[in-house]
Amino acid sequence: MGAQLRVYKRRIRSVTATKKITKAMEMIAASRVVKAQRKVAASTPYANELTRAVTAVGTGSNTEHPLTTEAKTPTRSAVLLLTSDRGLAGAFNSNAIKAAEQLTARLEAAGREVDTYIVGRRGVAHYNFRERKIAEQWTGFTDEPTYADAKQIAGPLIEAIETETAEGGVDELHIVYTEFVSMMTQTAVDSRLLPLSLDEVAEESPAKDQILPLYDFEPSAEDVLDALLPRYVESRIYNALLQSAASKHAATRRAMKSATDNAGDLINSLSRLANAARQAEITQEISEIVGGSAALADATAGSDK
Amino acid sequence: MAAELHVELVAADRQVWSGEATLVVARTTSGDIGVMPGHQPLLGVLESGPVTIRTNDGQTVIAAVHGGFLSFADNKLSLLAEIAELSDEIDVQRAERALERAKAEADASAERRADVRLRAVAVR
Repeated sequence: MGAQLRVYKRRIRSVTATKKITKAMEMIAASRVVKAQRKVAASTPYANELTRAVTAVGTGSNTEHPLTTEAKTPTRSAVLLLTSDRGLAGAFNSNAIKAAEQLTARLEAAGREVDTYIVGRRGVAHYNFRERKIAEQWTGFTDEPTYADAKQIAGPLIEAIETETAEGGVDELHIVYTEFVSMMTQTAVDSRLLPLSLDEVAEESPAKDQILPLYDFEPSAEDVLDALLPRYVESRIYNALLQSAASKHAATRRAMKSATDNAGDLINSLSRLANAARQAEITQEISEIVGGSAALADATAGSDK
Repeated sequence: MAAELHVELVAADRQVWSGEATLVVARTTSGDIGVMPGHQPLLGVLESGPVTIRTNDGQTVIAAVHGGFLSFADNKLSLLAEIAELSDEIDVQRAERALERAKAEADASAERRADVRLRAVAVR
C-alpha cells in the first residue's frame, strides 16, 4: 500500500472515532436538555406562587425593606454571572461572559464599582486568567443545580446587599444568565435582581389582571416581607440556574451535532481522496507493468535481429 | 357536602400535592393555624413542622414542610415550602439515621428537619 493511501486511511479512522464520541455527546446532551426543561417546568408553580405572594405584600402594605429600597446614589453593584463548569458548548460561555463584561462596562461608566460573583468553572477560569477580582465563586453543580445550591449562592449576595455600602456592601445586584428560549435559541440576558421593584414584580405576576384581596398578615407584614424576599431572590436565582443548565445542554447538543456533521463531511472527502490515491496507485502500477513489458518486448525484438 | 378549599402544596422544585380539602392545619411563626373554607385572605410565614390536610373525602394527608409560606385567598390555599415531603414519601429509617447524625454533629437545623419528618410519620 502506498504511503499516501495509508495516511488517508489513518485519518479516516481517527475522524470516525471522533465522530462516534461527538455523536454520543450529542445524544447525552439531548436527553439532558429534556430533563433540565422538565426541572424548569417543575419549579414554575413555586415561582408563580411566590411572585403572587410578593405582589400581595407589596401592594397590600407600605412596608419599607432594605431589599426593595433603592439607594439614592448607588456606588457599588454586584454582578452574578452564571456559566457552566464544562465547555464544548459552542459560544454558550463566551456569550454569557461577554454579556457580563458589557454590563460591567455599563455600570462602571455610570460610576459604580463592580463586584463580580461567578458560578461555573469556565467563568472563573476566564476571570482568573485575566487576573480580575472575583468576589465569590461557586463551581461543581451547574449541570444539575438544586435548590440548596441556589440558597448557597443567594446567602452571601443578600448579606452583601443588606450591608451598608460604606462597610463593603453593595447597592444593587445584577444577574447575567442564559435564557432558554427554545431548543434552537438561547440568549444571554442581564437583569437587575435587587433592589426589587415591586411594581415590576406585579407586572410579571401571572395574576396581574386580578384584583388582589386584602390579606391578613401572620405575624405582620414586615415579618412576612422579611421572610418572603430572600426566598423570592433564591427562587429567581434557582430559576436562572435551571435555565442556564438547560441552555448549556442545548448549546452542547447543537455544537456536538455540527461536530458530528463536520466529521461526516470530513470522512466523505477523505474517502474520496483515498479512493483517488488508490486509483492513482493502480494506474501507476499498470503503466509500470505495461511500460516494463514493452521495454522487454523491444529488448527481445532487438536481440533477434 | 361540606364547603371545600383548593390546596396546592408546592416545594421549590416540584408540586407535592394538590386537591380539595375541608381543613388545613399548619404551624406559623406565631402558632398553629387552621384554615377552613371561607377564611379571610391570609399570608403567613410557616415554621418547620407537619402540615395536616383533611381532604374532602375524609382522608388525612400529612406533609413535613421546612420553612415557607402559606397564602389563602378566594378559597385557594397555597403552601409554599423550600422542602416539603408527604408522610408516605418519608423513609423512616433514613430520617432516623439523619436525626442521629445531626445529633452527633450538633447540627441544629438538620436535627430539626429530621425531627419534623419523624413527627409527620408518627401522626400518620
